[in-house]
Amino acid sequence: MDWQGQKLAEQLMQILLLAFAVVSFGTGYVLGSFQMMMLIYAGGVVLTTLVTVPNWPFFNRHPLKWLDPSEAEKHPKPQQQQAVSSKKKPAKK
Amino acid sequence: MHSFGYRANALITLGVTVLALMCAMASLSDNLNSPTPSAQVQVLNVNWFQKQRNGNEEVSLTLNISADLQSMFTWNTKQVFVFLAAEYETPKNSLNQVSLWDGIIPSKEHAKFLIHTTNKYRFIDQGSNLQGKEFNLTLHWHVMPKTGKMFADKIVMTGYRLPEEYR
Repeated sequence: MDWQGQKLAEQLMQILLLAFAVVSFGTGYVLGSFQMMMLIYAGGVVLTTLVTVPNWPFFNRHPLKWLDPSEAEKHPKPQQQQAVSSKKKPAKK
Repeated sequence: MHSFGYRANALITLGVTVLALMCAMASLSDNLNSPTPSAQVQVLNVNWFQKQRNGNEEVSLTLNISADLQSMFTWNTKQVFVFLAAEYETPKNSLNQVSLWDGIIPSKEHAKFLIHTTNKYRFIDQGSNLQGKEFNLTLHWHVMPKTGKMFADKIVMTGYRLPEEYR
């Protein structure tokens, strides 16, 4: 699952759960049936689980594009070297 | 949210939290209901009235208990427990409560009833103060919800009197 997919999964989960909660509470209250509320909410949780927990293909539409290793070697990171040298100097003193 | 386990954990956590909220709201919705129960009790007969060997007086009554408790039932009510108590004052105790009858009402359909019965539990005084005693019959109830807060209330019926003589 890529970054965009993770964000989508979390938002889908929250929206679906809250929507099912509102719908089931409303239905249960109007019908006067506590059991109906529980059944609808349980169904909603199962559905939300099926939608957001497995790693579905639509969560992987924005894969990260890494550089080739050969391309990366041509452009070494300058920050890393500075960090290493600055750490070594106080150690010698 | 990067792995199966983390997503399942997040879903269960939010799911149970929302469920708790729904239950709290269901309990709060009970406050919108203002019950108007009614009850009448007739003492049809004093079957016998005597003093035990240890000096405590005991009475046996035949009662007609009719009540309409349907308005107590909401969508969040599991059952209602009712009991009828004889309440009176003696020099020793400012309030004596003797449970005479009780019942569990499992649903709204059973909440309107008329029961003809002798006292289910023995009506024994602590001592011998019952001759000619004026007493109240009080119908107490506890509304037991499916989730949340339990409610309790009572109806006091006054003006009952025991006979002066043993029989």
